[in-house]
Amino acid sequence: MNRRIFLDPLFKNNPIPVLALGICSALAVTVKLEPAMVMALSVTLVTGFSSMILSLLRNTIPNRIRIIVQLVVVAALVILVDQILKAFAWQISKQLSVFVGLIITNCIIMGRIEAFALINKPFPSFVDGLANGLGYGIILIAVSIVRELLGSGTLMGYHLIPQQWYVANGGFYENNGLFILPPMALIVLGLIVWVFNAKNARRT
Amino acid sequence: MVNKKRNGNVYTIMYAALMVTLVAALLALASQGLKPRQLANIMAETQLTILRSVHLEDQPYEKYITDTVAGPQQLPLFICTLDDGTRKYIIPLEGKGLWGPLRGYLALNDDFRTIYGAVFDHDSETPGLGAEITTSFFSDPFRGKSLYSGDQFVSISVLKQGRSHNNPNAVDGISGGTLTSRGVENMIRESLKPYIPFLRHYE
Repeated sequence: MNRRIFLDPLFKNNPIPVLALGICSALAVTVKLEPAMVMALSVTLVTGFSSMILSLLRNTIPNRIRIIVQLVVVAALVILVDQILKAFAWQISKQLSVFVGLIITNCIIMGRIEAFALINKPFPSFVDGLANGLGYGIILIAVSIVRELLGSGTLMGYHLIPQQWYVANGGFYENNGLFILPPMALIVLGLIVWVFNAKNARRT
Repeated sequence: MVNKKRNGNVYTIMYAALMVTLVAALLALASQGLKPRQLANIMAETQLTILRSVHLEDQPYEKYITDTVAGPQQLPLFICTLDDGTRKYIIPLEGKGLWGPLRGYLALNDDFRTIYGAVFDHDSETPGLGAEITTSFFSDPFRGKSLYSGDQFVSISVLKQGRSHNNPNAVDGISGGTLTSRGVENMIRESLKPYIPFLRHYE
Protein backbone atom coordinates (compact mmCIF):
# COMPACT_ATOMS: atom_id res chain seq x y z
CA MET A 1 0.00 0.00 0.00
CA ASN A 2 2.69 2.47 1.06
CA ARG A 3 4.73 1.37 -1.93
CA ARG A 4 1.95 2.35 -4.28
CA ILE A 5 1.39 5.63 -2.46
CA PHE A 6 5.06 6.36 -3.05
CA LEU A 7 5.44 5.17 -6.65
CA ASP A 8 2.19 6.43 -8.16
CA PRO A 9 2.97 10.17 -7.93
CA LEU A 10 6.41 9.67 -9.46
CA PHE A 11 5.21 8.43 -12.84
CA LYS A 12 1.64 7.23 -13.27
CA ASN A 13 0.04 10.13 -11.42
CA ASN A 14 2.85 12.66 -11.58
CA PRO A 15 1.47 15.98 -10.31
CA ILE A 16 2.78 18.14 -13.16
CA PRO A 17 2.06 16.33 -16.42
CA VAL A 18 -0.85 14.14 -15.30
CA LEU A 19 -2.65 16.14 -12.62
CA ALA A 20 -1.57 19.51 -14.12
CA LEU A 21 -0.65 20.95 -10.69
CA GLY A 22 2.36 23.14 -9.93
CA ILE A 23 2.99 24.13 -13.54
CA CYS A 24 3.60 27.81 -12.77
CA SER A 25 6.78 27.33 -10.77
CA ALA A 26 7.93 24.55 -13.12
CA LEU A 27 8.07 27.21 -15.84
CA ALA A 28 9.81 29.79 -13.67
CA VAL A 29 12.69 28.03 -11.91
CA THR A 30 13.90 25.67 -14.65
CA VAL A 31 16.40 27.95 -16.41
CA LYS A 32 19.32 26.32 -14.58
CA LEU A 33 19.67 22.88 -13.01
CA GLU A 34 20.99 23.83 -9.58
CA PRO A 35 18.17 26.13 -8.45
CA ALA A 36 15.68 23.63 -9.90
CA MET A 37 17.14 20.92 -7.64
CA VAL A 38 17.00 23.11 -4.54
CA MET A 39 13.45 24.12 -5.41
CA ALA A 40 12.50 20.45 -5.86
CA LEU A 41 13.99 19.59 -2.46
CA SER A 42 12.26 22.52 -0.76
CA VAL A 43 8.87 21.64 -2.23
CA THR A 44 9.35 17.97 -1.31
CA LEU A 45 10.03 18.85 2.32
CA VAL A 46 7.08 21.24 2.49
CA THR A 47 4.61 18.81 0.90
CA GLY A 48 5.82 15.94 3.07
CA PHE A 49 5.68 17.73 6.40
CA SER A 50 2.55 19.77 5.73
CA SER A 51 0.69 16.60 4.76
CA MET A 52 1.92 14.84 7.88
CA ILE A 53 1.14 17.69 10.28
CA LEU A 54 -2.32 18.27 8.86
CA SER A 55 -3.04 14.55 8.92
CA LEU A 56 -2.14 14.53 12.63
CA LEU A 57 -4.52 17.45 13.18
CA ARG A 58 -7.23 16.18 10.86
CA ASN A 59 -9.67 15.15 13.62
CA THR A 60 -9.39 18.45 15.47
CA ILE A 61 -9.59 21.04 12.68
CA PRO A 62 -12.81 23.09 12.78
CA ASN A 63 -14.61 22.63 9.45
CA ARG A 64 -15.26 26.28 8.83
CA ILE A 65 -11.63 27.36 8.97
CA ARG A 66 -10.21 24.23 7.38
CA ILE A 67 -8.49 26.00 4.46
CA ILE A 68 -7.11 28.72 6.73
CA VAL A 69 -5.56 26.14 9.06
CA GLN A 70 -3.95 24.46 6.04
CA LEU A 71 -2.60 27.76 4.81
CA VAL A 72 -1.11 28.66 8.19
CA VAL A 73 0.71 25.33 8.44
CA VAL A 74 2.01 25.51 4.86
CA ALA A 75 3.01 29.16 5.17
CA ALA A 76 4.89 28.49 8.41
CA LEU A 77 6.83 25.66 6.77
CA VAL A 78 7.64 27.78 3.72
CA ILE A 79 8.94 30.63 5.87
CA LEU A 80 11.09 28.12 7.77
CA VAL A 81 12.53 26.78 4.50
CA ASP A 82 13.21 30.32 3.29
CA GLN A 83 14.97 31.28 6.53
CA ILE A 84 17.05 28.10 6.52
CA LEU A 85 18.11 28.61 2.90
CA LYS A 86 19.10 32.19 3.70
CA ALA A 87 21.23 30.96 6.57
CA PHE A 88 22.83 27.90 4.97
CA ALA A 89 22.54 28.26 1.18
CA TRP A 90 22.79 31.99 0.63
CA GLN A 91 23.73 31.93 -3.07
CA ILE A 92 20.92 29.60 -4.04
CA SER A 93 18.37 31.44 -1.94
CA LYS A 94 19.34 34.55 -3.88
CA GLN A 95 18.78 32.77 -7.18
CA LEU A 96 15.42 31.37 -6.13
CA SER A 97 14.42 34.75 -4.67
CA VAL A 98 10.65 35.10 -4.68
CA PHE A 99 9.94 31.55 -5.78
CA VAL A 100 10.60 30.08 -2.35
CA GLY A 101 7.90 32.30 -0.88
CA LEU A 102 5.64 31.29 -3.72
CA ILE A 103 5.84 27.62 -2.72
CA ILE A 104 2.77 28.53 -0.63
CA THR A 105 0.79 28.96 -3.81
CA ASN A 106 2.00 25.67 -5.29
CA CYS A 107 -1.21 23.82 -6.08
CA ILE A 108 0.37 20.43 -5.35
CA ILE A 109 0.57 21.13 -1.63
CA MET A 110 -3.01 22.22 -1.03
CA GLY A 111 -4.19 19.62 -3.53
CA ARG A 112 -2.57 16.72 -1.69
CA ILE A 113 -3.69 17.98 1.72
CA GLU A 114 -7.32 18.25 0.62
CA ALA A 115 -7.35 15.05 -1.41
CA PHE A 116 -5.22 12.81 0.77
CA ALA A 117 -3.91 14.03 4.10
CA LEU A 118 -7.28 14.99 5.61
CA ILE A 119 -8.68 11.47 5.15
CA ASN A 120 -5.58 9.35 5.78
CA LYS A 121 -3.24 8.50 8.66
CA PRO A 122 -0.07 10.57 9.23
CA PHE A 123 2.53 8.15 7.85
CA PRO A 124 0.82 7.42 4.51
CA SER A 125 0.15 11.17 4.23
CA PHE A 126 3.83 11.92 4.79
CA VAL A 127 4.80 9.39 2.10
CA ASP A 128 2.20 10.80 -0.27
CA GLY A 129 3.46 14.34 0.27
CA LEU A 130 7.10 13.37 -0.21
CA ALA A 131 6.34 11.35 -3.33
CA ASN A 132 4.36 14.17 -4.91
CA GLY A 133 7.19 16.58 -4.18
CA LEU A 134 9.64 14.14 -5.75
CA GLY A 135 7.39 13.69 -8.78
CA TYR A 136 7.38 17.46 -9.15
CA GLY A 137 11.15 17.47 -8.75
CA ILE A 138 11.72 14.88 -11.48
CA ILE A 139 9.90 17.05 -14.01
CA LEU A 140 11.69 20.20 -12.83
CA ILE A 141 15.06 18.53 -13.22
CA ALA A 142 14.21 17.10 -16.65
CA VAL A 143 13.05 20.48 -17.96
CA SER A 144 15.99 22.36 -16.47
CA ILE A 145 18.56 19.93 -17.93
CA VAL A 146 17.17 20.55 -21.42
CA ARG A 147 16.96 24.30 -20.90
CA GLU A 148 20.39 24.81 -19.30
CA LEU A 149 22.17 22.57 -21.82
CA LEU A 150 20.60 24.09 -24.94
CA GLY A 151 20.18 27.62 -23.60
CA SER A 152 23.52 28.18 -21.85
CA GLY A 153 25.65 25.18 -22.92
CA THR A 154 26.27 24.30 -19.25
CA LEU A 155 25.04 21.89 -16.57
CA MET A 156 25.34 22.85 -12.89
CA GLY A 157 27.40 25.79 -14.19
CA TYR A 158 30.01 23.58 -15.94
CA HIS A 159 30.56 24.15 -19.65
CA LEU A 160 29.73 20.99 -21.57
CA ILE A 161 29.84 22.43 -25.08
CA PRO A 162 33.51 22.82 -26.11
CA GLN A 163 34.50 26.49 -26.40
CA GLN A 164 35.94 26.08 -29.91
CA TRP A 165 32.53 24.97 -31.23
CA TYR A 166 31.11 28.45 -30.73
CA VAL A 167 30.68 30.82 -33.66
CA ALA A 168 32.46 33.51 -31.63
CA ASN A 169 35.57 31.27 -31.61
CA GLY A 170 35.30 30.28 -35.28
CA GLY A 171 33.05 27.24 -34.78
CA PHE A 172 29.55 26.39 -35.92
CA TYR A 173 27.54 26.37 -32.68
CA GLU A 174 25.49 29.00 -30.91
CA ASN A 175 23.47 28.73 -27.68
CA ASN A 176 19.74 28.92 -28.31
CA GLY A 177 18.63 31.96 -26.30
CA LEU A 178 14.99 30.95 -26.67
CA PHE A 179 15.53 28.14 -24.15
CA ILE A 180 16.31 30.68 -21.44
CA LEU A 181 12.94 32.38 -21.89
CA PRO A 182 9.70 31.11 -20.32
CA PRO A 183 7.94 30.16 -23.62
CA MET A 184 10.46 27.38 -24.20
CA ALA A 185 9.77 26.02 -20.72
CA LEU A 186 6.14 25.67 -21.73
CA ILE A 187 7.09 23.85 -24.94
CA VAL A 188 9.51 21.47 -23.19
CA LEU A 189 6.90 20.80 -20.51
CA GLY A 190 4.30 20.24 -23.23
CA LEU A 191 6.50 17.57 -24.79
CA ILE A 192 6.85 15.87 -21.40
CA VAL A 193 3.07 15.94 -20.91
CA TRP A 194 2.74 14.35 -24.34
CA VAL A 195 5.11 11.51 -23.40
CA PHE A 196 3.29 10.89 -20.11
CA ASN A 197 -0.13 10.92 -21.75
CA ALA A 198 0.95 8.58 -24.52
CA LYS A 199 2.41 6.15 -21.96
CA ASN A 200 -0.58 6.29 -19.64
CA ALA A 201 -3.01 5.79 -22.54
CA ARG A 202 -1.21 2.63 -23.54
CA ARG A 203 -1.19 1.29 -19.99
CA THR A 204 -4.94 1.50 -19.46
CA MET B 1 -21.46 14.65 18.34
CA VAL B 2 -17.81 15.20 17.59
CA ASN B 3 -18.69 17.10 14.45
CA LYS B 4 -21.05 19.39 16.30
CA LYS B 5 -18.36 20.31 18.77
CA ARG B 6 -15.91 21.03 15.93
CA ASN B 7 -18.38 23.41 14.33
CA GLY B 8 -19.02 25.53 17.44
CA ASN B 9 -17.99 29.18 17.45
CA VAL B 10 -16.06 28.99 20.70
CA TYR B 11 -14.10 25.95 19.58
CA THR B 12 -13.27 27.56 16.22
CA ILE B 13 -12.08 30.81 17.76
CA MET B 14 -10.02 29.09 20.46
CA TYR B 15 -8.48 26.78 17.88
CA ALA B 16 -7.51 29.65 15.61
CA ALA B 17 -6.08 31.72 18.47
CA LEU B 18 -4.02 28.85 19.82
CA MET B 19 -2.75 27.90 16.39
CA VAL B 20 -1.55 31.35 15.34
CA THR B 21 0.12 31.92 18.72
CA LEU B 22 2.04 28.67 18.44
CA VAL B 23 3.06 29.27 14.83
CA ALA B 24 4.10 32.85 15.55
CA ALA B 25 6.26 31.73 18.47
CA LEU B 26 7.89 29.03 16.36
CA LEU B 27 8.68 31.39 13.49
CA ALA B 28 9.99 34.11 15.79
CA LEU B 29 12.27 31.56 17.40
CA ALA B 30 13.56 30.32 14.04
CA SER B 31 14.10 33.85 12.75
CA GLN B 32 16.04 34.92 15.84
CA GLY B 33 18.06 31.71 15.92
CA LEU B 34 19.14 31.97 12.30
CA LYS B 35 19.71 35.72 12.17
CA PRO B 36 23.43 35.71 13.10
CA ARG B 37 24.19 33.27 10.28
CA GLN B 38 22.13 35.25 7.78
CA LEU B 39 23.82 38.53 8.72
CA ALA B 40 27.21 36.84 8.48
CA ASN B 41 26.28 35.67 4.97
CA ILE B 42 25.30 39.17 3.90
CA MET B 43 28.47 40.64 5.40
CA ALA B 44 30.71 37.99 3.82
CA GLU B 45 29.08 38.61 0.47
CA THR B 46 29.61 42.38 0.66
CA GLN B 47 33.27 41.89 1.50
CA LEU B 48 33.72 39.32 -1.26
CA THR B 49 32.10 41.66 -3.78
CA ILE B 50 34.40 44.51 -2.79
CA LEU B 51 37.41 42.22 -3.11
CA ARG B 52 36.21 41.02 -6.52
CA SER B 53 36.12 44.61 -7.79
CA VAL B 54 39.90 44.82 -7.23
CA HIS B 55 40.56 41.24 -8.47
CA LEU B 56 41.51 39.85 -5.04
CA GLU B 57 38.82 37.16 -4.67
CA ASP B 58 40.39 34.83 -2.14
CA GLN B 59 42.32 37.34 -0.04
CA PRO B 60 41.53 38.43 3.52
CA TYR B 61 39.37 41.57 3.49
CA GLU B 62 41.00 43.32 6.45
CA LYS B 63 44.47 43.03 4.95
CA TYR B 64 43.70 45.05 1.82
CA ILE B 65 40.60 47.16 2.29
CA THR B 66 40.00 50.16 4.54
CA ASP B 67 36.54 51.68 4.87
CA THR B 68 36.45 55.45 4.81
CA VAL B 69 34.32 58.38 3.70
CA ALA B 70 34.87 60.99 1.02
CA GLY B 71 34.12 64.69 0.91
CA PRO B 72 31.92 66.83 3.16
CA GLN B 73 28.87 64.64 2.40
CA GLN B 74 30.61 61.65 4.00
CA LEU B 75 30.17 59.47 0.90
CA PRO B 76 31.19 55.86 1.50
CA LEU B 77 34.52 54.93 -0.05
CA PHE B 78 36.76 51.89 0.21
CA ILE B 79 40.49 52.17 -0.28
CA CYS B 80 42.41 49.12 -1.37
CA THR B 81 46.17 49.04 -0.89
CA LEU B 82 47.77 46.43 -3.13
CA ASP B 83 50.90 44.49 -2.23
CA ASP B 84 53.07 46.86 -4.29
CA GLY B 85 51.69 49.88 -2.42
CA THR B 86 49.47 51.28 -5.19
CA ARG B 87 46.05 52.38 -4.09
CA LYS B 88 42.71 51.68 -5.72
CA TYR B 89 39.58 53.61 -4.80
CA ILE B 90 36.36 51.61 -4.67
CA ILE B 91 33.05 53.44 -5.04
CA PRO B 92 29.74 51.72 -4.25
CA LEU B 93 27.05 51.98 -6.94
CA GLU B 94 23.28 51.90 -6.62
CA GLY B 95 20.68 52.15 -9.34
CA LYS B 96 17.58 50.79 -11.01
CA GLY B 97 17.44 47.80 -13.34
CA LEU B 98 14.48 46.56 -15.31
CA TRP B 99 12.68 44.74 -12.47
CA GLY B 100 14.44 45.89 -9.33
CA PRO B 101 17.49 47.52 -7.77
CA LEU B 102 21.02 47.13 -9.13
CA ARG B 103 24.18 47.35 -7.04
CA GLY B 104 27.85 47.27 -7.73
CA TYR B 105 31.34 48.46 -6.95
CA LEU B 106 33.63 50.37 -9.27
CA ALA B 107 37.36 50.41 -8.50
CA LEU B 108 39.32 53.37 -9.88
CA ASN B 109 43.06 53.64 -10.39
CA ASP B 110 44.82 56.37 -8.43
CA ASP B 111 44.57 58.73 -11.42
CA PHE B 112 40.80 58.81 -10.63
CA ARG B 113 40.10 58.59 -14.38
CA THR B 114 40.49 54.98 -15.42
CA ILE B 115 38.67 51.93 -14.13
CA TYR B 116 40.59 49.16 -12.42
CA GLY B 117 37.70 46.77 -11.95
CA ALA B 118 33.93 46.51 -11.67
CA VAL B 119 31.36 44.13 -10.21
CA PHE B 120 27.60 44.28 -10.53
CA ASP B 121 24.75 42.61 -8.74
CA HIS B 122 20.98 42.73 -8.90
CA ASP B 123 17.87 41.55 -7.10
CA SER B 124 15.53 40.34 -9.80
CA GLU B 125 16.79 40.84 -13.35
CA THR B 126 15.79 38.22 -15.92
CA PRO B 127 17.95 35.08 -15.52
CA GLY B 128 20.07 34.47 -18.60
CA LEU B 129 19.49 38.01 -19.92
CA GLY B 130 19.75 41.03 -17.62
CA ALA B 131 21.08 38.84 -14.83
CA GLU B 132 24.23 38.26 -16.89
CA ILE B 133 25.57 41.61 -15.62
CA THR B 134 26.97 39.62 -12.68
CA THR B 135 29.25 37.57 -14.98
CA SER B 136 32.85 38.47 -15.76
CA PHE B 137 31.89 38.37 -19.44
CA PHE B 138 30.10 41.66 -18.82
CA SER B 139 32.23 43.25 -16.09
CA ASP B 140 35.76 42.41 -17.31
CA PRO B 141 35.71 44.84 -20.29
CA PHE B 142 35.25 47.76 -17.85
CA ARG B 143 38.87 47.37 -16.84
CA GLY B 144 41.04 50.09 -18.38
CA LYS B 145 38.11 52.15 -19.65
CA SER B 146 38.16 55.86 -18.91
CA LEU B 147 35.52 57.99 -17.22
CA TYR B 148 36.81 61.13 -18.95
CA SER B 149 37.04 62.23 -22.54
CA GLY B 150 39.68 64.94 -22.46
CA ASP B 151 38.70 66.93 -19.37
CA GLN B 152 35.00 66.18 -19.66
CA PHE B 153 33.38 63.63 -17.32
CA VAL B 154 31.49 61.31 -19.68
CA SER B 155 31.09 58.21 -17.50
CA ILE B 156 30.84 54.84 -19.26
CA SER B 157 28.30 54.09 -21.98
CA VAL B 158 26.89 50.58 -22.28
CA LEU B 159 26.34 50.12 -26.01
CA LYS B 160 24.74 47.51 -28.22
CA GLN B 161 26.86 44.37 -28.35
CA GLY B 162 29.83 44.80 -30.68
CA ARG B 163 29.63 48.61 -30.87
CA SER B 164 32.12 49.49 -28.14
CA HIS B 165 35.18 48.31 -30.06
CA ASN B 166 38.17 50.62 -29.42
CA ASN B 167 35.95 53.14 -27.62
CA PRO B 168 37.70 54.12 -24.35
CA ASN B 169 34.43 55.34 -22.80
CA ALA B 170 32.12 52.43 -23.63
CA VAL B 171 31.59 48.72 -23.07
CA ASP B 172 29.34 46.13 -24.71
CA GLY B 173 25.85 45.61 -23.33
CA ILE B 174 23.95 42.34 -23.23
CA SER B 175 21.78 41.23 -26.15
CA GLY B 176 18.27 40.75 -24.83
CA GLY B 177 19.15 42.66 -21.67
CA THR B 178 19.07 46.17 -23.09
CA LEU B 179 17.03 47.73 -20.30
CA THR B 180 19.26 46.24 -17.63
CA SER B 181 22.35 47.37 -19.56
CA ARG B 182 20.94 50.88 -19.68
CA GLY B 183 20.26 50.62 -15.96
CA VAL B 184 23.95 49.87 -15.39
CA GLU B 185 24.93 52.86 -17.51
CA ASN B 186 22.66 55.21 -15.55
CA MET B 187 23.71 53.68 -12.24
CA ILE B 188 27.38 54.40 -12.92
CA ARG B 189 26.76 57.98 -14.03
CA GLU B 190 24.38 58.85 -11.19
CA SER B 191 26.40 57.11 -8.46
CA LEU B 192 29.67 58.76 -9.52
CA LYS B 193 28.23 62.28 -9.79
CA PRO B 194 28.46 63.18 -6.10
CA TYR B 195 32.06 61.92 -6.05
CA ILE B 196 33.29 64.07 -8.94
CA PRO B 197 34.25 67.21 -6.94
CA PHE B 198 36.15 64.96 -4.59
CA LEU B 199 37.87 63.11 -7.41
CA ARG B 200 38.85 66.40 -9.06
CA HIS B 201 40.35 67.49 -5.79
CA TYR B 202 42.63 64.47 -5.74
CA GLU B 203 43.74 64.67 -9.35
